[in-house]
Amino acid sequence: MFDEYNPLNKAMFRVIDNDGKVVNKKWMPQIDDDKLLKIYKDILFARTADLQIVSYQRQGRIFTYPPNYGQEAIAAAAGVLIRENDWLVPAFREMGAMLAKGVTLKEIFLYFMGYEDGSAFKNAKYTLPMSVPISSQLPHAAGIGYAVKYKKEDKVVIGFAGDAGTSEGDFHEALNFAGVWKVPVIFIIQNNQYGISTPVRMQTASDSLAIKSIAYGVKGIQVDGNDFFAMYKTIEESVRICRNGEGPVLIEAVTYRKGAHTTSDDPTKYRSKVEEEEWDAKDPVKRLRAYLIDKNLWTLEQEEKIIPQYKEEIDRQFTEAEKYGPYPAGDIFRFLYAEMPDDLREQQAQYERFLAWKSTKVK
Amino acid sequence: MKIMNMVNAINDALDIKLGEDKSVIVYGEDVGVEGGVFRVTEGLQKKYGAERVFDTPLAESGIVGTAVGMAVAGLRPVVEMQFCGFIYPAFNQIISHASRMRNRSRGQLETPMVIRMPYGGGINALEHHSESMEAIFGHIPGLKVVVPSTPHDAKGMLIAAIESNDTILFMEPKRIYRAIKQEVEEGKFSIPLGKASVLAQGNDVTVVAYGAMVREVQKAMLMAKEAGISVELIDLRSIYPVDRETIAKSVKKTGRIITVTEGPRTYGVGSEISQIAIEEAFLHLEAPPSRVSGYDVIVPLPKGEHHYMQDPYKIFYEIERIVKY
Repeated sequence: MFDEYNPLNKAMFRVIDNDGKVVNKKWMPQIDDDKLLKIYKDILFARTADLQIVSYQRQGRIFTYPPNYGQEAIAAAAGVLIRENDWLVPAFREMGAMLAKGVTLKEIFLYFMGYEDGSAFKNAKYTLPMSVPISSQLPHAAGIGYAVKYKKEDKVVIGFAGDAGTSEGDFHEALNFAGVWKVPVIFIIQNNQYGISTPVRMQTASDSLAIKSIAYGVKGIQVDGNDFFAMYKTIEESVRICRNGEGPVLIEAVTYRKGAHTTSDDPTKYRSKVEEEEWDAKDPVKRLRAYLIDKNLWTLEQEEKIIPQYKEEIDRQFTEAEKYGPYPAGDIFRFLYAEMPDDLREQQAQYERFLAWKSTKVK
Repeated sequence: MKIMNMVNAINDALDIKLGEDKSVIVYGEDVGVEGGVFRVTEGLQKKYGAERVFDTPLAESGIVGTAVGMAVAGLRPVVEMQFCGFIYPAFNQIISHASRMRNRSRGQLETPMVIRMPYGGGINALEHHSESMEAIFGHIPGLKVVVPSTPHDAKGMLIAAIESNDTILFMEPKRIYRAIKQEVEEGKFSIPLGKASVLAQGNDVTVVAYGAMVREVQKAMLMAKEAGISVELIDLRSIYPVDRETIAKSVKKTGRIITVTEGPRTYGVGSEISQIAIEEAFLHLEAPPSRVSGYDVIVPLPKGEHHYMQDPYKIFYEIERIVKY
C-alpha cells in the first residue's frame, strides 16, 4: 500500500467517495458490521460532544476550546486501532482517540474548565496530556518509541500534530530521530488546511506533507482523512509495519477544520463560504453515514433518536464536571517536583498564611 | 580512594549507574564512539553497548525532547548538551515539557532525566563556548539546576541526579574538568542535591561561589589571609533549589556577603543570593551585599576574556572593600 501510494506519485489514498461509495475495493478494510456500527456511534458521540463544548463555551461555562469538528474520522480510526498498552501522544484535536484510550469526557471538560486534574487520566494508560506548543510533542513520541524498542515491548506509539506543525523544527527532529532509530512510531499529521489563519500552501513549498517522509527515509502516505475506511486501513497497515520493526511511518491525513481554530478565532476572516461548502461535501460523518445507510446498517430515524440521548449523557458529564469544586491552593505547588524544595514549601506556607489573613478580612 | 579529576569522576558516576540500572541511557552528540568532546563518556559505549550509550543526530531539541519521551516511558536518560551555548534549541523542550510534565499530569507522569552540559569561560574557546547562563535555568519552575566544583562532588551529585525522579540540569565547569585532582571515594555514594557546602569557616565576610569560581575564591582567600581578613567560603552547589539556611546562618555570623559568579550581573544568581541575605539576616548586615560577576556584556573572545572573567584579584579587591565598608 505504501509502495502503491508512494508520496512521489502524488496520489491521495482513499477508499470511499464523497457519497460513501466504495471506489477502491482492493484496500477496503475488513470490519464486521457490529463493530462498524459501534465505531460510527462513537464518532457521532464525539462530534456531538465537540459541538456541545463549543456551545458551553458560548454560554461562558468553559474557557478556550479547539474544536475537532470535521476531522473526527482521523482520531476515531486511531482510537479503534490503538490498543490499551500502546502509547498515544496527542496534540489537542484528537478527542476520539483520547476517549478510545479511556480518557473520560469529564476529564476533557475539566481540562478546558481550567483544572490540571483533567490531564491526570485515571483510566487511560500510556496517554500523554494534550500538548499546546506546536509539534513539541513529536520528539516525545520518538523517545517513547526508543523506550519501547529498548524494552522489547510489543507496543506502538501514535503521535499527532497538525499541518502547520510540519514547519516546526521539532517535527523534523522527531522524524529524523525516529527514522535513524527505526522505532515503532506512527506520526499522524492532521492536515486541516490551516494553522489558525495561515493556509497550508504558506507553510511549505512541498507537493504534500507526506512527501517529507522521503527525506527522512521513512514510509509515508497521503490519505483522505475524511474517509474513515482509508484512515483505518492506513493505520492498520502502519501498526503492522511498526510491529514488524519497519517503522516509523508518516501519515498525512487530509481533512478540513470545519470549526474555528479555537473558540477565540473567527474563520470568516480568512476563508470563503464557497470553500467551506466544498469541504462540507466531503464531511467524514456524512460519508460514513451514507455508506451505512446504503448497507442498511443505519437509518436517519435511528440517528435522530440517538443524538438527544448523547446530548443528555454529555450534559450529565458536563454538569458533573461543573460541580468539581474549588482548586486547592496547595495543588499549584505539590506536583511540580518528586522531591519538593524546602524553599517552595516555604512559599506555599507563606501563601497559606496570607490566605488565612485574607479570610478574616474578606467575607 | 582514588585520585580523579572531574572528567574521571563524572565518567565513574555514569559507569556506576549504567552498571547497576538498566533503565539508564546515555546519549548526545559524539558521546558514543568518541566518548564526548571532553572525553567525559569515554569507554562507556564499549562497556555498555551502542543501545545504551550512543551518538545522536545533531539536534539539541530532538535530544532533550526524546529524553522526555523516554523518561515518561520508564527510562532514565542522561543526555549531554555539547556546550552550554548550544542548549538554546532545546530550551523549549526544557521549559515547556521536561520541567512541566509532572505538574501537568498531576504527578501521573514523571521525567527522571539529567541534562549534562559543560559551561563557563576561561578556556580560550570559540564564540558560544564560554557562557554561564545558569540564572536563566534557575528561573524555570519544575527544574533543578546543580553545579559541582570538585571531582568528589561531581561524582556524588551526578549519582544523586540520575537517581532523582525530577529533571536535573547538571552543569559542569569545564575550566576545571582536569585542573583539580583529588581523592574520590570508590564505588557508589551520593550527595543530596540542594545543599550548599561550607568549604572554609571565617568570621569577617561570607563569600558564595560555585563551579569554577570556587577555586578563584580560594586563591583570593590567600591574599585575604595575608591582609588579616577571615573569609567564610560557601560552595553553593545548587542554583535551584537554593540552600537559604546555610547562607542565612553564615551571614548572621559574618554580617557581610559577596557572591562570585561568572554570568552577567543583572537578574543573576548573585542577585538572588543577595536578596536571601537581606531577607534572612537584614539586621546583621554591616555592608550591602555585593556581587562580583560578569558584566552585562557578551563574553568576549579569548583575547578580551580576561576583562570579563573573575580572577583572584577582582575577588580580593571586593573582599577588602566590603570588609572596610
